[in-house]
Amino acid sequence: MPHRTFFWFFFPSGLAMLLFIGLPIISSFFQSLHIEPEQILMEVEKCDPFGCKTETKVDIEATTKLQEEQPLGRFNGLGTYGDRNHLAFDEIKEAWTNSSSIAEFTDILLNLPFYKALLFTLTFCFAVTPPVVVLGFIVALSVNTITKSLKGPTIFGVILPMIVTPLIGSLVLFWMIDAKGILGSFIQFLFDDPNLSLKSSSQLTWITLIIYGIWHNTPFAFVVFYAALQTVPQDPIEAAIIDGASRYERVRHIVIPHLYPVATFIILICLMDNFRVLEPIIGFAAEGVAQSLSWMIYNDLRSENKMLFGSAGATSMLTIIGVAILLTPVLIRTWREFRTER
Amino acid sequence: MESKINRYSKQLILINSFFILAWLIVSVFPFIWTFWGSFKVKADFFSRADWMFAVTGVNTLIETGDTSTVKAYVESWTEGEFWKATMNTIIITVSVVTISLFLGTLGAYALSRSTYKYTFWILIAALIFRAMPHITLVSGYLFPFFQLNVWGILPTTIIVLVAINQPFTLWLLYSFFKTVPKELDESALIDGCSYFQAFRFVIMPVMWPGVVTAGLFSMMLAYNDFTVTSLLLNQQNYTMVPKINAYLGTIEHSGNYMWAVSSVVSATAPLFMIIMFFQRQLISGLTAGAVKG
Repeated sequence: MPHRTFFWFFFPSGLAMLLFIGLPIISSFFQSLHIEPEQILMEVEKCDPFGCKTETKVDIEATTKLQEEQPLGRFNGLGTYGDRNHLAFDEIKEAWTNSSSIAEFTDILLNLPFYKALLFTLTFCFAVTPPVVVLGFIVALSVNTITKSLKGPTIFGVILPMIVTPLIGSLVLFWMIDAKGILGSFIQFLFDDPNLSLKSSSQLTWITLIIYGIWHNTPFAFVVFYAALQTVPQDPIEAAIIDGASRYERVRHIVIPHLYPVATFIILICLMDNFRVLEPIIGFAAEGVAQSLSWMIYNDLRSENKMLFGSAGATSMLTIIGVAILLTPVLIRTWREFRTER
Repeated sequence: MESKINRYSKQLILINSFFILAWLIVSVFPFIWTFWGSFKVKADFFSRADWMFAVTGVNTLIETGDTSTVKAYVESWTEGEFWKATMNTIIITVSVVTISLFLGTLGAYALSRSTYKYTFWILIAALIFRAMPHITLVSGYLFPFFQLNVWGILPTTIIVLVAINQPFTLWLLYSFFKTVPKELDESALIDGCSYFQAFRFVIMPVMWPGVVTAGLFSMMLAYNDFTVTSLLLNQQNYTMVPKINAYLGTIEHSGNYMWAVSSVVSATAPLFMIIMFFQRQLISGLTAGAVKG
């Protein structure tokens, strides 16, 4: 296809991506270099019969004027990246010199907002992915053996948790797990503790979120594994049967090696998707104990009186760096695939 | 397809059936429970006394005179203005699907037929774009949108969702067009068609299976989106998902927790119906990129 024709075919799609994916990333970076203008204070002398006092007051007029002049705020360089809510260099340095043990230092470190969120995000990613792969594989094997006429409805049932948006999915589970819901009261009955609630401690909330993550992501792993199972060559399996291999041995030595590449694909997609976890935290109302990087950005943009563009931009940039690290293996894989295709 | 010697033993079938049944309960039961509970009052669905109340509807009987009620549905649709959110969702979903398929088919067709190296880099860029967390993009939108005064309205959100959707659509349709034989449109070119005519008269009639799959994913993205719609739309223009979240949060609606429950059912039911029809396309789309490798 000549360049000219290609250009006109691709132009609309490319323009949309450039304007609304490429540009926002740059704009986000630009925002992260600025900080909201400080309020201009002025001293007012107030006199009453008992004497005069000077008071500091916000000069509203000057502040609005400054805001109009510099809507993005003043230039702050990389300052926002180093402040307390992000990489917190000063706080870490201070904690390092002041704390007596590594445990104390880690404790201080993990109570800083950014590191706290990073810890949750990574825990969520790495706790959800392995069970998802294993369960997805088992469910796929299992569905593969049932009667053909039942397969359609079964698959439909299994993929439901994936279809609904995470917010709705987490709400549906949350209402059951709530202390007054069916699962919540069942758990209380099980442990014989009428005050037990999954919201009562941060560990329990984290576990609930992780269980939700597994529930939501397993269908994806299932679908991919199930499709891959259809491509497993039959000849080696029959040969193995003739040689007297048990069913377990056949799965272990023929099916699983065949599915390795698919499994890596699932793991990478799963890690990448869970790195942006946001909606479950809102659905489970777990903001108090579990914050993710995405939630930090969401929170900055949601604040009632003033949106913290600078702070949100900085967290966005740091999140993108995280995604880039996770994305590298995927890119290498795609690159190899492309090279072999040509 | 299974050979005779590969028969399953009775125990295996039994264990397997149990497992599948258990798994189906885990994945489907929460939805059935919510559906059932949406016809009860709050005191039953969140019952401190006895969870069985949610099944039998004791308080519902006391409060409304019947064991099930559609009060929450009626109120959320009228008073809660859920009808408006539904309208917005329909407008957004239909526009996003149409526009992103239009752009996506053209772009993906060009990518699949061009032999130059830059197609590879475009596809890699699309992959990177696809991995960007939506919230980081939103943080880049808000400030310019406020300055340009286009924040809060539906068209902005539609364009943004189309753009966010493009990378995936491009990849999906690209791998689909790769399976359409090149000879088909090449012969049309030899007969004197322009590229656009070849696309219009030769490719378009055969591209529908791929387009349906891509459309399904665009639809799910637009229908399910929370991050973009909740931050880029103003309260009046909320779609269903942010609306449900709004029912939960604000003090104004705190007495109407059941609105959220019934709205969840209202929002999920159409989606499930569509998926029931297009299950095959959904699965083929999900596996398009995975199984080859």
